[in-house]
Amino acid sequence: MHDIQQDLKTLPIDEAISHLKERFPEAVSNDTREGYGGVIVDKSQLLTVAQYARDQLGFDYLSSATAVDYLGEGNHSTDHLEMVYHAYRTTGGKALVFKAQTDRESATVPSLVSVWKGSDFQEREAFDLYGIKFEGHPNLKRILLWDGFEGFPMRKDWKEAYYEEEHKPYSSRWPGGHIHRSEERNIFGHNVKYPADIDLSRLTDLSEAKLYEGFGLGVDTTQVRDPNGMETDQLIINMGPHHPSTHGVFRMMVRIDGETVLDLQPVMGYLHRNHEQIGERNTYLQNIPFTDRLDYLSSMGNNHGYVMAVEQLMSLDRKYKAPTYRTEVLRVLMVELNRIVNHLWAIGFWLNDLGAFFTPVLYFVQERERILDFFEAVAGSRMMCNYMRFGGVFADLPERIHSTMNLMNDRVRDFDTMQFLTDMINERIPRTIDELDEFLTNNEILKSRSIGVGYLSREDAISYSVAGPVLRGSGVAYDVRRSDPYSIYPELDFDVAVRPEGDMYARYQVRLQEMRESVRILRQLLPRLEDTKGQPVSENNASYAGKVPVGESYGRIENGKGELGFYVVSAGDKKSTANPWRYHVRAPSFINLTPLGAMSQGGKIADIVAILGSIDIVLGETDR
Amino acid sequence: MIGSGFAKGMWVTLRHFINTYVDDVRYGFRKFSPNVNNFQDRQGPHGEGIFTVQYPDEKIAMAERFRFVPFLVVEDYDHPDRPGKDWCTSCGICAKVCPPQCIWIVRGEDPNGKPIPEPEAFFIDIDICMNCGYCAEFCPFDAIKMDHDYELASYDRTSSHIFDKPKLSKEFRYWKSIAPTRAVEEAQARGGWEHKDAQKAARRGGSSRDTAAAAVSAAAAAPEAVAEAPDNKEAKREEVRARRAAAEAPVAAAEPTSAAGSGEKPWTMAHDDMEKRKAAALARKAARAAKK
Repeated sequence: MHDIQQDLKTLPIDEAISHLKERFPEAVSNDTREGYGGVIVDKSQLLTVAQYARDQLGFDYLSSATAVDYLGEGNHSTDHLEMVYHAYRTTGGKALVFKAQTDRESATVPSLVSVWKGSDFQEREAFDLYGIKFEGHPNLKRILLWDGFEGFPMRKDWKEAYYEEEHKPYSSRWPGGHIHRSEERNIFGHNVKYPADIDLSRLTDLSEAKLYEGFGLGVDTTQVRDPNGMETDQLIINMGPHHPSTHGVFRMMVRIDGETVLDLQPVMGYLHRNHEQIGERNTYLQNIPFTDRLDYLSSMGNNHGYVMAVEQLMSLDRKYKAPTYRTEVLRVLMVELNRIVNHLWAIGFWLNDLGAFFTPVLYFVQERERILDFFEAVAGSRMMCNYMRFGGVFADLPERIHSTMNLMNDRVRDFDTMQFLTDMINERIPRTIDELDEFLTNNEILKSRSIGVGYLSREDAISYSVAGPVLRGSGVAYDVRRSDPYSIYPELDFDVAVRPEGDMYARYQVRLQEMRESVRILRQLLPRLEDTKGQPVSENNASYAGKVPVGESYGRIENGKGELGFYVVSAGDKKSTANPWRYHVRAPSFINLTPLGAMSQGGKIADIVAILGSIDIVLGETDR
Repeated sequence: MIGSGFAKGMWVTLRHFINTYVDDVRYGFRKFSPNVNNFQDRQGPHGEGIFTVQYPDEKIAMAERFRFVPFLVVEDYDHPDRPGKDWCTSCGICAKVCPPQCIWIVRGEDPNGKPIPEPEAFFIDIDICMNCGYCAEFCPFDAIKMDHDYELASYDRTSSHIFDKPKLSKEFRYWKSIAPTRAVEEAQARGGWEHKDAQKAARRGGSSRDTAAAAVSAAAAAPEAVAEAPDNKEAKREEVRARRAAAEAPVAAAEPTSAAGSGEKPWTMAHDDMEKRKAAALARKAARAAKK
């Protein structure tokens, strides 16, 4: 029996799907739409099938759960809402994609929180933006928008406040482009809907009261006793949103007993801009600079994930040419440099949170500055790189990193690009990493603050769908670069950094180790850069209005903060489309917050600041 | 031993402190001399210690590909054939590709209503512009380019942050001066320094103007010849400014003047803003020299 189970857990993805269909013949069917993959599961059986996929087939890691609104799509399907799940095995391999459909009016799907805890926030997001009700969800509330918000902004029939047209480019821009400011167009109140029972003057009171519901408000304090039997009181405090320790506008609602944290609930959405809706108005190409603004510390990685997702779709077209080898080398070069930037920043600010105030972070920022200079010379901008294109990159490395004097600026630099890069990779970056290691790894204060704090067990880490250093710090050797390889990673030699302890110190060590591995990768890239000199780097980017064949794709990469995925659907037309029908970001900063409450319980107030720092979030990505 | 990790960390901090001075000695205290460009050493991969840039006393010159709010390329004001002529043909590609849709173009028309390859008006809302560089990347005429001038802050965004054509237009030689390498590459792709349309006209009309690619290749061999030497740039700029003032009238007559260009719209900005900043930059430079 045991052997059969083991076999099931290593079945190749095609066989696993056929096995699932045999096991549940009436509930599971192939998704036969053109360009689509995976299976459609009848929603009444969804929970059973998911349970079976996790326990018997070994798909223990739910990467992404998101919704799609097929309203007026017409060509492939009738109007309905669809939940799309991507489940992976932590041992590696391709995704099990399964979908559950529901009509738009009742919009109910069973919740999968009992199977994968990581679907908690993602389902709340789908509830928030699509209005899908999840039966059995323990805490089904809005997550990114405020509680009094009316309507579901990701549905296709929703129009935003500055709504102009369904898709870009807008026809008012050319040829008769008489300019208007959008503020002038948008008379306040117009196009913004409020529910009938909301008193605008007391708006925040209503939503706040709802927020505290079931969070200890209204507890009979006379009944609360501390361990010594003394009558005591619990307190709800809000850390943030305007608190320097939260790395942005993020809020932690904490119920405390004295200094001890009893319960913690993250409150987010202060930076929410409906990024995905913007992405669906945009053309495919126009989305690339928008991805820069997600995790703005690692824009190269964001670009890479998105272009990979769209390239998967474009490759359905026979005329599509895959990126050249040099393109891939350049992409990996940029992404690995970006990973170092990200980890330097993450460790630096985590040390800030622990009280090593700004000395270490400035040492690391100094190194980051070099890398950003390089990005600026190559891509044109330090942080908003916008470097990658479909089938290529923006431009090859320049011969020299140089600047010319003009009236505005007179401090000039001039370096040979390859020399600069070689010096960086072989000398500066390793030196900084060693210094960082020497500086703080064995520091007694750091160790006593972080060892054993913010513990997340291996099983929980997988179940909560956390990714990146948080997952690997809990002993799961899961790295997308290895388990589902992309680009030229299969031919590169590197180790997956992993620590079994599951605490903050383990995450710190994983990040440190990962930077060393990145340097190792970068060293292997240098000869490849020399070898491929002169190869073309941008094959497909000549067109400013390229169309993408219909279908769905999920492009994912290992970004500094964890697995970053882009779920892109091209639909609405028979053959190809100019705008994505669905553009979803599987944001590691967002999903990694799911276990924050569990990790913080029993800790002290000062610890939760550091635990948040050890998860390493960027609010641009969390709130989208 | 307890405390050893702590002491080690302190030693790293001390080392950083010392290294800053070691670096000063290594580069002969050049950091402190205001007119020597020591940025090569300070900012290079071998520089140690602190390398803070004393903005705004010092400003790093931007790398060639640096992109900030775009500008429109117009023919040099002393161009013999077409002074001040827009390179833009109002094809609208930049407005279509622009991700935040911050470009508005009014296509030029002749009195009969037939489109002519010249924009009647051109606006960019710099509050909305996200500096992605797509407009420059996809422009088939090299007519819109990303600028290096990043100091656009102003006290009133409602009246001064919509750039119109006069504010956006910069001479072609400005582009050559901020991005010499790329200007040469683009000229090679175009087949000559001149605008594509001018080249076509020259071929048709058999003009004697040298637009051959060979000339560009020669220029590529000596890019310094393309970018003016920094020393006499100042004088040249003054000269150009004077000429520009003189040339303004005939140019305005030749072009259909846009309504927005005449300064009636509320967002038309103070035109001497740029001049003021240039003057301030020069003053700072002079002050540095004087200090020395």
